[in-house]
Amino acid sequence: MDNTGNIQDNYLKYRGRFKGLMGWLTSTDHKRIGLMYMYAIMVFFIIAAFLGLLMRIEKIAPGQTIMDAQTYNGVFTIHGIIMIFIIVIPGLAAVFGNFFLPIMIGAKDVAFPRLNLFSWYIYIAGAIMGVLSQFIGGGSPDTGWTFYVPYSAESSTNVMFALLAAFVLGFSSILTGLNFIVTIHRMRAPGMTWFKMPLFPWSLYATAWIQVLATPIIGITLLMVIAERTLNIGFFDPALGGDPLLFQHLFWIYSHPAVYVMILPAMGVVTEIFPTFSQKPVFGYGAIAISSLAIALVGYFVWGHHMFTTGISYWSRWFFSFLTFIVAVPSAIKVFNWISTMYGGSIDLKPPLLYAISFIFLFMIGGFTGLTIGALATNVQTHDTTFVVAHFHYIIFGGMGFAFFAAIHYWFPKIYGRMYSNRLANIAWGILFVGFNLLYFPLFVIGIQGMPRRYFDYLPQFQTGHVISTIGAFILIAGLSLMLYNLIYHRRKGEVATANPWKGVTLEWLIPSPPPLENFDQIPVITAKPYTFEPAEEAKQ
Amino acid sequence: MNTTATHSEHYDPEGSKIGMWLFLFTELFLFGGLFLVYAVFRNKYSADFHHVAHELNAFIGTFNTVVLLVSSMTVAMSITAVQKNNKRLAINLLLITIMLALVFMVNKYFEWSYKFEYKLYPGSPVVMNLPQGEILFYGLYYMMTGLHALHVLIGIVLLTINIFKVRSGKVNAERYSLIENSGLYWHLVDLIWIFLFPLLYLAT
Repeated sequence: MDNTGNIQDNYLKYRGRFKGLMGWLTSTDHKRIGLMYMYAIMVFFIIAAFLGLLMRIEKIAPGQTIMDAQTYNGVFTIHGIIMIFIIVIPGLAAVFGNFFLPIMIGAKDVAFPRLNLFSWYIYIAGAIMGVLSQFIGGGSPDTGWTFYVPYSAESSTNVMFALLAAFVLGFSSILTGLNFIVTIHRMRAPGMTWFKMPLFPWSLYATAWIQVLATPIIGITLLMVIAERTLNIGFFDPALGGDPLLFQHLFWIYSHPAVYVMILPAMGVVTEIFPTFSQKPVFGYGAIAISSLAIALVGYFVWGHHMFTTGISYWSRWFFSFLTFIVAVPSAIKVFNWISTMYGGSIDLKPPLLYAISFIFLFMIGGFTGLTIGALATNVQTHDTTFVVAHFHYIIFGGMGFAFFAAIHYWFPKIYGRMYSNRLANIAWGILFVGFNLLYFPLFVIGIQGMPRRYFDYLPQFQTGHVISTIGAFILIAGLSLMLYNLIYHRRKGEVATANPWKGVTLEWLIPSPPPLENFDQIPVITAKPYTFEPAEEAKQ
Repeated sequence: MNTTATHSEHYDPEGSKIGMWLFLFTELFLFGGLFLVYAVFRNKYSADFHHVAHELNAFIGTFNTVVLLVSSMTVAMSITAVQKNNKRLAINLLLITIMLALVFMVNKYFEWSYKFEYKLYPGSPVVMNLPQGEILFYGLYYMMTGLHALHVLIGIVLLTINIFKVRSGKVNAERYSLIENSGLYWHLVDLIWIFLFPLLYLAT
């Protein structure tokens, strides 16, 4: 582009062929697409969080409180489908990956911008189908987000639509992953070798490979269930000659790696935040980069730990349990690296760092309880109890969710060119953190005592735990609302942010806030390792 | 041209090819799921599988295999023709490829309708009375060949787009990523058939 007048305009303001909303809906700019994902995800998150709150209210007392059992089944199913397939799996990669991957590797866009926009449309189509499945056909699906056969092949509710939605969303996920892999291979700035690449792109790279290689398996599995329901082709339903355990294997071959699709970018985000707010190079760069790949690789071979109680053979249980423990090692390596990064640094406890530190705390609780479930003996006790529910909420919400909040607080000034209120952000974080632990920790306790998951009713002895949990849910929602208010209000009204409010050193902090349309006037040439802080220069100023 | 802000054009044939190969991987995994299910059931009910495979017409299967192999050759030739800037030859070769794909589909149609005449479709009373392994075999047969046929149809659409692009000169000796990647896709369709053919027709 030689039209410098337009290059001065930032990506929020420039006018393409269309203006207004159409200008966004037809834009192939990775930054706009990233934000479009974010707004969609926010809307669906509010819906799904509200459904979660309804479930908590239902459980404030034994017996029926606000909904009957069948409604409850529908609510937890759609809560799971929205949260997993629409929010958490695309989540960080689609929003912040889209926005910052090209900038952080010094590129003007992703490798296939039009494909990128196309993935967004597929995503929206899938998301709408998922929500519609609630309202049309024979009632809202009630199989849980796992679609276990034979029930999902026989349930008279609108499972078909939900299956199709998950299939379509998977397609979008594949295309995003494919786009990122090619982008990282082909579009790094001159001089940026693999080991000079920042660590968020590294984690996206590992994530993208999982998306590309694992998602087709769930795709074909869902298609098989659809064929089972519509064409009576028996694969999994014993009534048609199939094998239900085969479904569980195929389902978890994707859905366990999908957990790493959720958590790896989250790890990548906090890896960016710790060096910036410690003003210190990241500790163990190579170990963090390689451990992402190790997690992606080993994560493929642990799916059986979801099936310990299904009667699979002793040796396969032994093997899957062993690998589950192995996969904890690279995660632990990262935790040690983050803490060592902070050690001896000049720590600036701003909201992004607060979220990142609480990420470590919550992720570790989630991780350690994961080992409880991954061990064969304790698994039998805790399987299908609220202990499992608490575990994966600590990982997914406490891990991925808090990393998402960390990311939005970290990159907000870059994205909008405005600052949010630090004070409000700190208060919101405090409420959120307290609410989160109050909501999910009691579920560990009553889970061990025998409270099953997915039940709308319970024995009176579990009531204390459920009441505390429901109170926590309200506090959590209050914290979320305050955080959203702070961000949405200051998106336009906040103080104008400088190009580099946090003194970060990765490439996104070298360009103006908000970034110009094509990110860089001149593609930068990389000579140094990332996270090289130069105290000498600062002293001069 | 510069009155509106648009992205400067980015053309990276190497990148597109990597992207295409990644996409082909996902296709292999998609069919891989079915191959896995096939492997499990064949292992469990091998006698039934051997027996029921006799019902499939190995001659039509072989004929279709030859048809697809030849079409793979013609599509490869059309790419070379584009690279040598021979537009007319390229278009003719693409037309031949599409013709062969249609021949494949017509054969498939006759094959399936022949089965349907004998009520050998999934869930029919006839099929449901067969031994369990045979029910599963028919299920796999329809699912695998059906999904493959869908890919043939997508391939036909892709090749048709290529004809127009070659004719308009948008695909030419300098820029031939589209036809090259479509060719790769077509080879994949061929390749998957080469695995389906022995697994289904020659399992006797």
